[in-house]
Amino acid sequence: MRRKALRAALPLTIPVLMGYLFLGIAFGVLLSRIGYHVGWAFLMSVFIYAGAMQFVVIELLASPFGLFNALLLTLTVNARHLFYGFSLLEKFSISGKLKPYMIFSLTDETYSLLCVAESPQGVNRKWFRFFIAALNHLYWVLGSLLGNVAGTLLDFDYTGIEFAMTALFIVIFIEQWESTKKHLPALLGLGLSLLCLLLFGSENFVIFSMIAIFFSLAILYRRNSRVEREAEP
Amino acid sequence: MTLSTTQALLTIGVVAVGTLLTRSLTFVLFSIGKTTPKFVKYLGEVLPFGMIGMLVIYCIRHVSLQFAPFGLPELIAGVFVAIVHKWKHNILLSIGGGTVLYMFLLQMVFYGTL
Repeated sequence: MRRKALRAALPLTIPVLMGYLFLGIAFGVLLSRIGYHVGWAFLMSVFIYAGAMQFVVIELLASPFGLFNALLLTLTVNARHLFYGFSLLEKFSISGKLKPYMIFSLTDETYSLLCVAESPQGVNRKWFRFFIAALNHLYWVLGSLLGNVAGTLLDFDYTGIEFAMTALFIVIFIEQWESTKKHLPALLGLGLSLLCLLLFGSENFVIFSMIAIFFSLAILYRRNSRVEREAEP
Repeated sequence: MTLSTTQALLTIGVVAVGTLLTRSLTFVLFSIGKTTPKFVKYLGEVLPFGMIGMLVIYCIRHVSLQFAPFGLPELIAGVFVAIVHKWKHNILLSIGGGTVLYMFLLQMVFYGTL
């Protein structure tokens, strides 16, 4: 049963494998540059497991010690995760004992996959979703170990490798776009975030974007339900 | 290394706990059932589309339009990824190709402007 679920999950995670290997390598390289070796890369990728945040931790490790600052930064950078739960409340409600791990491992990429991935007929959904999450986690750990070792051994110019993450999100954006006829939410996400970036700057725009997206979708919801009510006899 | 081993471990621990907090809070506050508000269900359906747009912008947040190279490497590589992916739907080609192109642009073409 589990093997079948693993086999169904594996091909769907290949895009994330590509992104995470590149990105994990980039992270591992940068971490090695400030003197933290492979054990640290392993520890962080297993227990923090958050792409963007781990890059911030590199900066934290190279700055004066401050736990409150670290916590505050974590909550700001990861605040978008608060929204992810809404899409997965139902899907995770059947996960049973696996649920804590499913929540822990909910990265941007895993979230994007879990939202669209449907298990094929005869495949256990709970394990199918678990393997999507666990495989992604594995890729991330492998990438960061690889990058950390390579960064210590090979002197190669890795400048620009972080674009793998941007490319991954563009790919997911296109895949999502093609999966629906309703493009307004995607356009609102893109447009409002861009507007907030221009208005509030790169350090603060995420929280404003989330609020703007949330309220625009809420307005859309109210308008739609009013239209539905009026359509009823 | 700037921090002692204990300080580094504490920093990593705090970040790990903070990350888990943001991931789990929604699940703690809302539980799904027959009474799940329609609005929460609706949010679950449309938020992924809005969030992915935000994440794309998040990735390019440090691009400056005032200083060279004016976001050109990101624009060129990003358009490359979008076109190649629309055309072939081959992830290796889109992500691998786009990343290599971007690295090439930064290191070879726009080198002097960085």
